[in-house]
Amino acid sequence: MQNAHDLALLLARFQFAFTVGVHIIFPAFSIGLAAYLAVLEGLWLKTGRDVFLDLYRYWIKAFSIVFGMGVVSGLVMSYEFGTNWSLFSKKAGPITGVLLSYEVMTAFFLEAGFLGVMLFGMNKVGRGLHFAATCCVSVGTLISMTWILASNSWMQTPRGYTIDPATGRFLPDDWLAIIFNPSFPFRLLHMGLAAFLSVAFAVGATGAWHLLKARRKGVTASEPVRMMFSMAMWMAAVVAPLQVLAGDAHGLNTLEYQPAKIAAMEGDWDTEGRAPELLFGIPNMQTEHTDYAIKVPLLGSLILTHSLEGKVPGMKDFPRDQRPPSPIIFFSFRIMVGLAVLMVLVGVWSLWLRRRKTLFTSTLFHRVTLCMAPAGFIALLCGWVTTEVGRQPWTVYGLLRTTDSVSPIVLSSMEISMTAFVIVYVIVFGSGMGILLRLLGRAPEEGEHDTNASHPADILATGMHPKTIEASSEKGA
Amino acid sequence: MMDFAHWLPIIWAVILIAAITIYVILDGFDLGIGMLFAMEHDRGRRDVMMHTIAPVWDGNETWMVLGGAVLYGVFPGAYGTLLPAFYLPIVLMLLALIFRGVAFEFRVMTKDTPRQKLWNVGFMAGSGVAAFCQGTILGGVIQGVKVTDGDFSGGPLDWLTPFSILCGLSVMCGYALLGATWLVWRTTGPLEESCRRWAAKLAVGLFACIVAVSFWTPLLHAPYLRRWTDWPNIAFVAPVPILVIVLGMLLVRGLRQGHSRVPFLCALGWFFLCLSGLGITIWPYAVPPTLTLWDVSSPPSSQFFQLVGTVILLPIILTYTIYSYRVFRGKVTETDGYH
Ligand code: HDD
Ligand code: HEM
Ligand code: HEM
Repeated sequence: MQNAHDLALLLARFQFAFTVGVHIIFPAFSIGLAAYLAVLEGLWLKTGRDVFLDLYRYWIKAFSIVFGMGVVSGLVMSYEFGTNWSLFSKKAGPITGVLLSYEVMTAFFLEAGFLGVMLFGMNKVGRGLHFAATCCVSVGTLISMTWILASNSWMQTPRGYTIDPATGRFLPDDWLAIIFNPSFPFRLLHMGLAAFLSVAFAVGATGAWHLLKARRKGVTASEPVRMMFSMAMWMAAVVAPLQVLAGDAHGLNTLEYQPAKIAAMEGDWDTEGRAPELLFGIPNMQTEHTDYAIKVPLLGSLILTHSLEGKVPGMKDFPRDQRPPSPIIFFSFRIMVGLAVLMVLVGVWSLWLRRRKTLFTSTLFHRVTLCMAPAGFIALLCGWVTTEVGRQPWTVYGLLRTTDSVSPIVLSSMEISMTAFVIVYVIVFGSGMGILLRLLGRAPEEGEHDTNASHPADILATGMHPKTIEASSEKGA
Repeated sequence: MMDFAHWLPIIWAVILIAAITIYVILDGFDLGIGMLFAMEHDRGRRDVMMHTIAPVWDGNETWMVLGGAVLYGVFPGAYGTLLPAFYLPIVLMLLALIFRGVAFEFRVMTKDTPRQKLWNVGFMAGSGVAAFCQGTILGGVIQGVKVTDGDFSGGPLDWLTPFSILCGLSVMCGYALLGATWLVWRTTGPLEESCRRWAAKLAVGLFACIVAVSFWTPLLHAPYLRRWTDWPNIAFVAPVPILVIVLGMLLVRGLRQGHSRVPFLCALGWFFLCLSGLGITIWPYAVPPTLTLWDVSSPPSSQFFQLVGTVILLPIILTYTIYSYRVFRGKVTETDGYH
């Protein structure tokens, strides 16, 4: 009986991690892409240059697909708290549920309300209003990120509550303290930059692909292709170093509030000053030792405390039943940081090529940026795995254990639903990615809005073609 | 004077029922159109059907997210009891809604390939299954959930009874009626004509369902029966069945006489009456037959904080929702290629 319960818990966790892991890819994509689209449309309105409209038309098709997948996978998440973590919901719902409701009311409705106008309304509302709709959608994605991260950060570093002794429920005392809990600003900044970086590398890789294709055909790439590549590389060069700084600050914050997580991330067992940094190793939870360690002396203290003498915590400081599973997060953390280093290098390289005026001709660079297409998303997922697995064995840090959070669902139901989720997600989101890649495999045409004008029925997404735009801008004027 | 802690859950119950009603009506016609897809095989007509809802379906579904979130924040006891109790139909519904939701874009992007057929099927099946699951969950709530010490203690298939299946079929029928009357309003020509015929048949079907559910429900629990038959309640609730019949007659007449908006409004009226009838029946239980609204409420500090935001934000949301509907108002025809 106990075994069945443990297995059901394991499946509940697995199912949650799987569904939220799939979900987060799409919101991150939407957050970055919506902002990019708002910038493109703004530049088009300001400069009147066709290249920005071409790019807008090209990327909004991708956006409509990505956003749709974000919505359906997000719907699942909002019910999964209750289906999988009903005991958690009952105790923490008075706090996390309220934050989620605010997210729905301030963000989801805003996004959904203006999405229709953004996708289909260009020939109905005029340029200015259409731009406003794009901005509303973009702001909506950012507000949404803010609330969900406030909720998640509260679970990591809870503040502003009292615990009701009779029921064990969390009673909110101070909503400002709940929302602006200690890890929230760091997580918000780090996640926001992650979304922008992920999209920068996805857009950059699309540009690189078309630059390479043009080169193989022996023609010069079109203006939109060069423009998207250049814009993406600026983002990479500026945001990647910022992300390293944000990550560093986040790590210092975690050291203060969740030292066990840091010990597990670093694979350190004994608390020490002048600690080394482990580049590689295999932490062993049984023997309390990290095997095959490759160490750089002093670097651990330097990174985590910004001083050579600083004390770095070790896992032996914490009782066995309060240690997160180090082997997972030791690696997920290193993958994230490794990718960050690569991203910074790509950014620096792009600046150097720009100075030598070979940004659009260096085939090697284009190949490398093409390979970096998924880098942002992989780093983002690894970051979340580090954060969430590193929180174990708690759902509300130090207060509510994961074992006391799970729903009373029988094992057989869990098995059925897990199987169904995997099958459906692979079919639907697999097809979605296929459709997306095929779409991006087609180059944006210069004056794309002209070529479609002759087949109104074929116009995807915005239905913007010059005639209707002129008509509507006259109406707006 | 009763205190705050007494009134807050009542206010919230009213808001929640309003949100559910809005969801049922709005997503109801989306899902109904999904089911009617199975009846219309012509590609042009199908595209028109899609076009009438493509710009608004996401906003419609958001009311369901709101319903879930409000339950989670304001009535966590109900959220944490009902969701495990209806685990399987909820998961099935969510998966069905995934197929329905992605079909809007995927269908267009796979145009002229054999794969489009698959997404059409996904759209129809997704809509039908989601509607059926919503009905069975509703029926399951009405018939009651086994609870011990405040937590769900029944089996994974407790919800599956003849009554809940009847409710599932009724909701399918009702959504299809909403979809058909919506299309009568928003389309022209042969599609409109064909929807008029469907709407008439579905209206008869739904009427039969309403009668069956109305007679069955009071037999489930003694308090339900008393709610409807005791004096003075009966004086207030007696008009409900009469209104149902009047609206039904108006609906059929509107369809025959070629009105475009009346049938849809009558169908809305039916839904409004049915949902209020159900609300009256199970009041004041959140999880019949054991947990009341007050048993499942979050503390007043949560309910109040959320109420402040809701009072400010809901009117704003309604305003821009109406605006976005107005942008896309008017009849949709096959030459309106915004896809
Ligand atoms: C960093 C940002 C972020 C994170 C961590 C999450 N989401 Fe999300 N979510 C978004 C950012 C976002 C978004 C960008 O705002 C989306 C993407 C597409 C959309 O409509 O909004 C979205 C969609 C979305 C929707 C659909 C909204 C609609 O119908 O319009 C729901 C219900 C959720 N999410 C719920 C969740 C839950 C319960 C999460 C936690 C487990 C979660 N999201 C993690
Ligand atoms: C979006 C990126 C996210 C990813 C990839 C992610 C990943 C994970 C993983 C891997 C677990 C399982 C941990 C384990 O069992 O060892 C987990 C659990 C959980 N996460 Fe997240 N998570 C994400 C975001 C969130 C957010 C935003 C929230 C809350 C608002 C959240 C709430 C939870 C809860 C309630 C659990 C279950 C309890 C637990 O096992 O800790 N997660 N998540
Ligand atoms: C050298 C660079 C980086 C450092 C030092 C760093 C540091 C960290 C740390 C310490 C955490 C765990 C926070 C916690 O829960 O306690 C984290 C989480 C995370 N990282 Fe990074 N990171 C870096 C680069 C990146 C990059 C490049 C991305 C993605 C493009 C990324 C995305 C994330 C995400 C999404 C999370 C989870 C959300 C959060 O807790 O903020 N990180 N990072």
